[in-house]
Amino acid sequence: MSAHANLERRRQAIYGWLLLSPAAVLLTVFAFYPSIATLWSSLFSRHTRRNPSEFVGTENYADLFADPTFWLVVKNNLFYAGITIPVSIFIALSMALWANSKISARGFVRTAYFTPTVLPMIAAANLWLFFYTPGLGVLDQIGSLFGLPSVNWLGQPQTALWAIIIVTIWKEAGFFMIFYLAALQTIPVDLKEAADIEGTSRWTYTRRIVLPLLMPTTLFIAVNAMINSVKLIDHLFILTKGGPSDASKLILYYIWEMAFAFFDAPHAAAITVLVIAVLGVVAAVQFLYLDRRTHYQ
Amino acid sequence: MKSFTKFIDSFGAILLAVIWIAPLLFAFWAATHSTSDAVNLKLFSPWTLDNFRVAWSGAPWLKYFFNTFMLVTVILIGQFFLTTLAGFAFAQLRFPGKDFVFILVLMQLFILPEVLIVENYAMVSRLGLFDSILGVGMPYMASAFGIFLMRQSFKGVPIELHEAARIEGCGLLGILWRVYVPLAKPTYLAYALVSVSTHWNNFLWPLIVTNSPETRPLTVGLSIFGAPENGVDISIISAATLMSVAPLLIAFLIFQRQFVQSFLRAGIK
Repeated sequence: MSAHANLERRRQAIYGWLLLSPAAVLLTVFAFYPSIATLWSSLFSRHTRRNPSEFVGTENYADLFADPTFWLVVKNNLFYAGITIPVSIFIALSMALWANSKISARGFVRTAYFTPTVLPMIAAANLWLFFYTPGLGVLDQIGSLFGLPSVNWLGQPQTALWAIIIVTIWKEAGFFMIFYLAALQTIPVDLKEAADIEGTSRWTYTRRIVLPLLMPTTLFIAVNAMINSVKLIDHLFILTKGGPSDASKLILYYIWEMAFAFFDAPHAAAITVLVIAVLGVVAAVQFLYLDRRTHYQ
Repeated sequence: MKSFTKFIDSFGAILLAVIWIAPLLFAFWAATHSTSDAVNLKLFSPWTLDNFRVAWSGAPWLKYFFNTFMLVTVILIGQFFLTTLAGFAFAQLRFPGKDFVFILVLMQLFILPEVLIVENYAMVSRLGLFDSILGVGMPYMASAFGIFLMRQSFKGVPIELHEAARIEGCGLLGILWRVYVPLAKPTYLAYALVSVSTHWNNFLWPLIVTNSPETRPLTVGLSIFGAPENGVDISIISAATLMSVAPLLIAFLIFQRQFVQSFLRAGIK
């Protein structure tokens, strides 16, 4: 009997590793090895024709910390995250509350909210270009109706990052709405009925019952929005290319530019390491949170 | 009073909806009018398809469409194959080291492939896959998200079915193929929709790895077509943009319900 159990255990181990191996190989080649290689190459100097690359320790990091552009990009990205995360969560919640209530044209409203989600960021940027172009764009046309002067939304440092932020919010709010919509549909109807019998106002019902029940969804969305604030940068390529004078440059775009426009891989690697470290903290927080949620169930 | 708040609600909801699709509507309007009529917002100017004609002849769109189609197909096949095997191993087999490897896989959820562009580019070049569709697709195939999704789905399969198939003399892979895979069909569908729309729209990585019209997907082609140095005007860019989003957009409008549900299933589990 025990020999049979032993055989079964060994069989499962062999099968287990065999089934895992294709995925394990690719994950190693395209995730684990590159992560370690990034850390490693961030410790070496740039390889040029005259100077071969040599070990420089944390010099690349020191360069970055001494570089005002790096801090500007970090500040831009924090601002980008600080605006897009709360605003798109708020809009997503409003959308979901509306799309879940008995209003007219509900089908149209839901479709309209969700549509930007299926568009590529590049296409979204092209659509918004038509709004932002100075003189010809829709925003300027509307402004001129009210006698406002023409504004170069993408060309001046004060507005360029805002223009980028608006496109991001437009793109992701409808996506987040879906999660709220699903959560809203799990709230039992009796709660609403009880609140109505008690004569609770709609505002109190929303604030005291709906919002607390949506809390787990909000946290889930917040983590996604945080990851998006690193990831969603495609529209920079069309709208501003990070300019004017780096006013709208975000971290991932900066990494791309560093590595593929300036061919400075070591510094790009150093920024990548810092980004991975931040994402790691986000991951840890989420795992802790997920842990807590499983305890509640 | 009640009907008044209902009116306000409907009004707000519809106003936001109109604002939300306004960029698409304007693009549609610009694409179907001559450039000067479009930028002057002349409401009763004649319609035209010229912009589409000009845009279509301005770049090898058919090739781009084909490349994007090949890319999403290659990625999807790779993902189905790898995540099915790995998901099954994590869900139903017991072997030493499983938990440790699973934690490694979960870690990859946060090491975004987007962030590792520098080293992944070096790796793809080393493997001789630079400027190939396989090179664009490979880093996404062993998706941690997909493995996690398949594992959850396979865990829900009743063990009795597994046992019954085994007593009938089915091998492990046979059980996977005949019992687990058919039962996970909804998950595959959801995953497929999410994967296809993600990679149809992906830009940064294909931009880095492709270098010729032979491999370039739509998003990269579109960005090159619309680049300011090409001097194309807003009506033609709008036409090109609408052309390149049309397949996915039309599919979305037709299969709206499934689309939305897939995103949900993929996101929440």
